[in-house]
Formats: sequence, C-alpha cells, structure tokens
Amino acid sequence: MDKSNALRRSDFPELTRRIGDQPLTYLDSAATTLMPTPVLKVLQTFYATSYANVHRSVSTLGYETTNRYEAARQQVANWLHAGSDEIIFTAGCTDSLNLVAATWGRQHLRAGDEVVVSIMEHHSSLLPWQQLALQVGAKLRFIQLTSEGTLDLAQARTLFNAHTKVLVLTQVSNVLGCENPVVKLVKWAHAVGAIAVIDGAQAVPHLAVNVTALDCDFYAFSGHKLLAPTGIGVLYGKSALLQQLPPYRYGGGMIADVSCETASWATGVQKFEAGTPNIIGAIGLAAALTYLTHIGWQRIWQHEQVLLQDLAMRLAAIPGVTVYGSGPRYGVISFNLTGVHPHDLATVLDQLGVEVRAGHHCAEPLVKALGTESTVRASVFLYNDAADCDRLVEGIKTAKEFFHVA
Amino acid sequence: MLHDLRELYQAVILDNAAHPRNQGKLVTATSDQLVHNPSCGDTIHIYLQVNQGRIVAIQFTGSGCTISQASASLLTTVIKGKTMQEALTLADHFSALAMGQGAPKAGLGDAAILTQVMQFPTRIKCATISWWALKQAILTEQEGKV
Repeated sequence: MDKSNALRRSDFPELTRRIGDQPLTYLDSAATTLMPTPVLKVLQTFYATSYANVHRSVSTLGYETTNRYEAARQQVANWLHAGSDEIIFTAGCTDSLNLVAATWGRQHLRAGDEVVVSIMEHHSSLLPWQQLALQVGAKLRFIQLTSEGTLDLAQARTLFNAHTKVLVLTQVSNVLGCENPVVKLVKWAHAVGAIAVIDGAQAVPHLAVNVTALDCDFYAFSGHKLLAPTGIGVLYGKSALLQQLPPYRYGGGMIADVSCETASWATGVQKFEAGTPNIIGAIGLAAALTYLTHIGWQRIWQHEQVLLQDLAMRLAAIPGVTVYGSGPRYGVISFNLTGVHPHDLATVLDQLGVEVRAGHHCAEPLVKALGTESTVRASVFLYNDAADCDRLVEGIKTAKEFFHVA
Repeated sequence: MLHDLRELYQAVILDNAAHPRNQGKLVTATSDQLVHNPSCGDTIHIYLQVNQGRIVAIQFTGSGCTISQASASLLTTVIKGKTMQEALTLADHFSALAMGQGAPKAGLGDAAILTQVMQFPTRIKCATISWWALKQAILTEQEGKV
C-alpha cells in the first residue's frame, strides 16, 4: 500500500534510491519522467518474447511486431482523437517539430512570408522556423508577454495578416506551466490562411488533448515526458496536409518503387518513417498511455493541481522568492531566490536529495522576457506527494541560511 | 549533510562573488576573451594588458553563479603581475585540480579553494570557465606577437 498521498508511488522503483545519504525527491518530471514497473515489464516481455523488425517480413515474428507497432499507432490516434493515418512516429518532439519545418515549411515558406511565434517557445519549436526563415528570407513575428506572464492576445491579434503562413505555439509553457489559448490563436491563423503547429510536449502529461477540437494542423510531443522511453515521439498532422508533403528522410520502408534513376513514395504515414523505426519506443508509449488512462487523467490532473497550488503559495510566502507566471499551472513552477544564483540553489537542493532543473530551460527568449537569465524549475507528476513539496520548501530555507540571505 | 558544500562555499568565496575584485572592462587591454557556458548561462570576459611578457593588468566582466564569479575574481588577484608562462602553468594546474587530477596548488592562493569543486562534477565548468578564458586570451596575445 502507498502510505503517501501520491498516486502509485510504489510503481516507480527509482524513487527508492538515494542521492548521497538523502532519499530522492524527484521534482524534474518536466525534463523526463520516471518509468513505472508495468511499462518496464511490457518492454522486457516484448524484447524477451516477440522482438523482430516491422513491415518487411513474412515471418510470424515480423507479423506480430508489425501488429503491435500499428496497434500503438492506433492507440495514440484514439487518445488524441485523430485518425491512425495522421500519426507519425518520430524520434521525439524535437524531431516532430523539425519534420514540419523541413517538409511543409520548405515547401511553402517564401521570402516576405511571416511566421507568428510565441515568446514562450522551447528552442526546439523556435529554431527550425528561425533557421528556415533566415534561409528563405521570411520573417518571425513574436507574441509577447503581458505583465502577468501570459501571452498578450491584444498584441497577438495585430500580428496576423495576409503574409502569415504559420503559427508556431506551445500549448503549455515548459517554464511557466501556463496553458495558452490554442483554439483562439489557431482560429486567427486559419482566418488568414496560415497553418498552426502546436508543441504539446508539456501539455500531454497533464491535459486531455483533442487535436480535432484544437483544429491545429500539426501537433507534436515526446513519449518520455509521460512515462514512455526516450527516443519515441509523435507528430500528428491532418491527413489532407500529410498527403501533400514530400518525404522527410530517405531510406527503407518509405518507398513505393525504386529504380536506379528514380523513386516514388509510400502513401500514408510510412512516407515519413524511413528506416527501422523505434519499435520498442512505440510499444512503450502505448503501454504508458494504457497505464495513465487506467489511473485516470482527471485524477492525475487533480492530484497535480493540489501539489502545485500548495507549492505556489508556500514558495511565494518565503521572503526573497519570486514565483514566475500565474496559475493555473500544468506540471511546472519556476522561481528564483534573490541573492542566490539558480545553479547555487540547485546544488544545495541536490545535496539534500531534491532534484530540480536550473537554467534557461531551452527557452532563452522567454527567460530574458521575464527579466532574468535563469530560473529554478520544480515539476511534479502523479508519483510526487506533499512530502516532496515539504522537502523543496525546507531546502530553500536551508539554502537561505547557507548563503546568509535574509 | 552540507559539509562538502561548506568546504567549497567558504567565506572568501562568498565574499569574492558578492564583491568581485578587478571587475570591469579594461580599456588598456592588449588581449581579451569572452566565454559563455550555454548550458547554464555563465559568462566571463577576461581582459589582459601584457607588457614585455608580463600581465601588468587584468580585469573581468561577467554574470553567473557564485562559483563562476568568485573564480574569476580570485583568478585576477592571483594572475596580476605574473608572466604569461607562469599564468599558463597556473591555469593548467587549476584545471587539473578541479577535475580531480594531481597538480601542485602552489601559487594559486585562495583560488585553490575552488578546486574542491571536483566533488561536485556538475559544477566543475563553473570554476574552470574563467581559467579557460585566461588561457585563450594569453594564447591570442602570444600569437599576435609572433
């Protein structure tokens, strides 16, 4: 039985290890999540019993593996409210976002075109479009922050015009934890004939995502942010758009016919999955979704909200602590302690077994817009409990004493 | 449980971070080097004024954590007045010690305290970044004179 108020804490073996002589307090799930035993067992059983390559064999094993891989695709599609012909397996969210810029972007973006992008983007969402814009002579136009740390919608409204080709937007900020008004901004993009590319990396662990309701054209996320292994990601794309796109990479499995001089491409999502895909990653992602769905997304969300709201109040009550953004938050909370650099604070916390992230969180433009160079970020998931939050708050107080700040 | 940390963050270190010595751009510099650590945002810019092979003035600008700023500050106090060759030797000794390799501590003064950063592998770069900048600035100065 779990004694803590966390959900299924005992399913996560890594939580029993120690950091030095301290118990582990894992508050870095926004970077990557721990793996529960049921998912680990699925991976182990698959490797031990039915591992083979997909799509290219007439053997029983090849058939079984292909079925498992395609069932994983169908499960992701159902979960996102999409069709299975709209789900591309990638190497991760970064790979998904690069795929869109490299295919749709390279096909459509021209000199003089504009890309509307939020200041909250992770580098993996910003850079593919920033670099493509530099190459073709297109222009990035940024949605800025209000003083409350939310996107400035009045300013955003003025950015959309006949030159706008793409909206690039994160659904949940990996620094502030806020949810952005995706539906509204997607409508504005569509009204001027632009497409919308949504980075869902920090949203999928905490929100019920329905890509049909969002009406976005592309939606990207990583498996390892929600209990799956690293190296597996998903790109959702509207099927009508995917059919028109050129291949992303060339290789096995993505062709219809190949001669010495030319080639034609597979129809459907296979066109974007050159080479042996991350089979175990896809199966692990499906197992993680099954595990989380079984616990219940609403229950996970409520649990996180209790932890984050409590943490926000307790952090803000510590003299010298600045908490960034405002609630409601999904998964993460960022803060700074006056007089102590985030890396020094994170080192003290680490000595106390409290694992947080300190730095610019691969979102330098946002962190600069917040008027700082780096922050400390604590992030929670279903396996965290009130005791974890206690240890973070106590750790900050210890750091204040250690560095003699008032 | 913070014993190791206290060995690293000694009063002299906290004091050098809070009140850095030789801070500011050196207008008479003959060589300089800017170094940025993209993973944490630490930035150090070292300015040297070299006269007949001797570093007669050294200053720095920068921002970042306690370790990086204290390290740069202590570096300037240790290096001022040394020959370029002496400074290069000290830079090599500091970097080796900070990575847990054997080297003499002689001549490093209070900067030697920061070599205890070897007990915190994720922070070694914070301590060594300014010494790396110093080395690059000296090599640039030497190349310029060839």
